[in-house]
Order: sequence, then structure tokens, then C-alpha cells
Amino acid sequence: MEPLTSKKKVLEQKPLTLAERMYLPAIAKGMSITISHFFKKEATIRYPEVEREFSTNFRGMHSLKRDEDGRERCTACGLCALSCPAEAITMIAAERKPEEKALYREEKYASVYEINMLRCIFCGLCEEACPKEAIYLDGPIVPADYLRKDFIYGKDKLVEAPLEKK
Amino acid sequence: MDISFVIEKFILVAIIFGISLLIAMYSTYAERKVAAFLQDRLGPDRAGPFGILQPLADGVKMFMKEEIVPANSSKWLFMVGPGLAMLTACIGTAVIPWGSAMTIGGKVIPLQVTDINVGILYIFGVVSLGVYGVMIGGWASNNKYSLLSAIRAASQNISYEIAMGLSIIALLLVTGTMSLKEITEQQHGWHWNVLYQPLGFLIFMVCSFAETNRAPFDLPECETELIGGYHTEYSSMKLGFYLFAEYINMFVSSAVMATLYFGGYNYPGMDFMAQLLGPTWAPLFGTAVFFAKIFAFIFFFMWVRWTIPRFRYDQLMHLGWKVLIPLAIANIIITGIVIAFLEKF
Repeated sequence: MEPLTSKKKVLEQKPLTLAERMYLPAIAKGMSITISHFFKKEATIRYPEVEREFSTNFRGMHSLKRDEDGRERCTACGLCALSCPAEAITMIAAERKPEEKALYREEKYASVYEINMLRCIFCGLCEEACPKEAIYLDGPIVPADYLRKDFIYGKDKLVEAPLEKK
Repeated sequence: MDISFVIEKFILVAIIFGISLLIAMYSTYAERKVAAFLQDRLGPDRAGPFGILQPLADGVKMFMKEEIVPANSSKWLFMVGPGLAMLTACIGTAVIPWGSAMTIGGKVIPLQVTDINVGILYIFGVVSLGVYGVMIGGWASNNKYSLLSAIRAASQNISYEIAMGLSIIALLLVTGTMSLKEITEQQHGWHWNVLYQPLGFLIFMVCSFAETNRAPFDLPECETELIGGYHTEYSSMKLGFYLFAEYINMFVSSAVMATLYFGGYNYPGMDFMAQLLGPTWAPLFGTAVFFAKIFAFIFFFMWVRWTIPRFRYDQLMHLGWKVLIPLAIANIIITGIVIAFLEKF
């Protein structure tokens, strides 16, 4: 077969010199390198106690936002579920009753809102699709668990904590 | 032989046995820490403060593991192997002088179990026996990898024992005695043998690395070629014994190197310290110095392990037979000529 390129590098294999055959200079060099690392600062972060800072555009666990009055912003339009490439989001819409005005911002709200964290690929398309600025992927890493059913996060885990009463 | 002598020796044996087990135990911890620090990591730090309970946790783990004996193994030899490895590793400590004679309440107690006049030969014998644990274990496993490993271990130990013995002969020319006690006493203050026998020390040290099956000569247990080597089929505390024996071996060879070449319990300014501390505490201080030397050697063992890649098998044999043995013989001849020259003039 003729060569595909004109580039050619001939590998030279010279016989080892005496110093190389003695191994000792190379060993001393290697040992000095490793001992210099002995005194260097370690790169390890003690994870559960210390957490590495996320970058500003990190996408973690979802949270359903509340507005300035503490009402849930989500209106169960379903755009997030539609945009989701992994089909991780399901929701059931319900109509707001008059006495629930303080709880939900719009007349329609999500009575059930579930994200399957095993399906979610954290692409952030739901965040982009949302017309109400109700969902953001601004949380931490989704924690590990034992059962598949425990990875389906409902509103209890997703909705932001209610505002502090002033 | 009175009863107090027996009790004294018994206590000494118990202390030395306990200390060697403790040091072997914490060598496993130190190995992991040193490896971690050399690689910019932290190492085990979960069990207790700085992870100092890690060896205990490892021990519990070893005991709790299921014990598997391969169906077609020779059951009896399979059990003997780890025990023998452990036994031969431990008995080497008997002739090492841990300190000069200590005086407690007018009674002189030598800090050495027994001062036999062929101490070095005894050490050699014990170290050579050490390979039997590996060989028997590898053979009894009925596993081709274990067997290959056992063959490697045997040929490696035999090859390097020759160079080791030859390097010791040059040392014997200088000291004129085989008793470890006398060799240590001769190195009073800073007259350490390494100053008279630097080449001999280098050969001896390289051979010790090979004898203890430590990197860069850990061919009997190279994972990439032989899975786990001679302990592939071992599990539970039998495996623990093999791993433990390796660390005791390391401790013993460090002690032997410190005794033969680095003055044992001698240190510069020891006469001044002897006057300062008195006959009870000065020997103990000497023992502490001795242990500091041993720890330095153990650290060196680890440092080398985490720096130098493993030798290929033909390189190992080449180094042993064609480099170290001629070097050791040349060392004997040069030492002999120098000694004869000094005696003449």
C-alpha cells in the first residue's frame, strides 16, 4: 500500500547509553518528581462536607417558582412537557377555586406535576419553553436513591418553599 | 537458666511481636496515604480522625469476608501457605538488636531476643524460607496464574539472594563478625557501614526490594499479567495474611538494612545523650532512633513503589544475574584489596 500522506517519521531506536542502562539517574529523577508532589496541595475536595462551586450556567434539579406574592407561577400549559426531548414531565391541570387565589397565580394550575429524574437529561428546554418563568433548573445535583419510583419527583419536592410572611 | 530470664525474654518477644504487627498494620495505612500524597490526593480519611482507624476497618472487612477454598486445590497446603508466609515474616525479628542493653533497677536487660553468632546467616535463612509461603500458596491454588506467579517468585528470590549474599560478604570483610549485635556496636556514633560500603548497600537494598516482592520487582503479583498473582484464589483472612506478611517483610528488611548499614541504634552524639539520660532512658532513645531509621526505610520502600514502573521479567533476570552479581563480586575484590592494603601499611 502506498503511503496516504507525504509525512514520514522514522523512529530511531538507539542502543541505551551507559547512564541509561544504569537506571539510577532516571530513577533519581523520577523520585525527585514524585517527592515534589508529596508537598503539593491535593486536588481532592472532601465532597459531602465541602462542595465544589457550580458554574453559573450549571443545570441541576428543577424548581417550580413562585411569584412575588408567593403564588405558584405554573399554569399547566404543558409546553415544558411538549418540549421535553426525554418525555420526563407529566402534569394534570386543574381549575383554581376562588378561595385559592392566594395559592396560584393563574386561573389554571397544575394539581399534579411530576418529573422523572431518571429520564430527564437536564437539557434545559423546559426552562426555555416556559412562558411563565415557572420552571428553572437551578438546584443541586439530584441525589441518589434506591427505588425507581423515588426518582419521580412530585410537587412536594419541586415547588419552591413558600415565601416568609412579613 | 532461671525463671526471670524466661519471663524477661517472653515479655521481649511479646513486645516485638506486637510492635511488628502494629507497624505492619499501620504500614498498610501509610502506604495508602503516601500513595495519595505522591499523587496529589488525600487518601483514606473517613474512619476516625485522618482515617487512622482504617487498618481496623480493613481488618474487620477481611475477617467478615466469605472464605472460598477452590474445589480442586490441595486443602491442607492451601491453608499452610498463608500461615507459613506470616510465620517466616515474623521470626526474622528475633536476632535484630533493637537497642543497647538497658539497666532497670540494677538489672541489665539486652534489647535483643537472642544474639546468635551467625545472626546474618539466620536472617538469610528466614528470608529464603519466606518464598515457601508464596510457592506453596501458588501451587496449592490449582490455578495457572498462581502457579506462574509462584514460579516467578521462586526464581526471582533465588536470583537475588545470590547478589544479596555476595554484598553481605563484602560487609563481613569490613566488620569481621556475623553477629548483628557486634556489627551494630562497631558502628558506634557515626561510623556507619554505609560510609565504608556504599556500593554494597546499594546492591543489598535493590535485592531487598526483590526479596520482599515490592515494586519495581513485584512480578509475582503483577495484576496486568497474573490477575492477583499467587493470592488470586485466596479470600478472607488468608488473603489478609499474605498482604500482612508482605508488610512485615518490609519492616524486617528495613530493620536489617538499618542494622547492617545505617548503624542500628547508634547516632551521632550518643555518648553525650547516654550521660544526659542515664542507663535506663538512653537505650530507649537509641531504640527510638532505630525505629526512626526503620520508618525512613519503609517510607523509601513506598516512595519507590509509587514512582518506578515494574520491570519486565527478562530485565529483572538481566539485572540480577548480569549486573548485580558481577558488581557484588567486584565489590568484594575491591574491599579485600583495600583491607589488605590497610593492614600492610
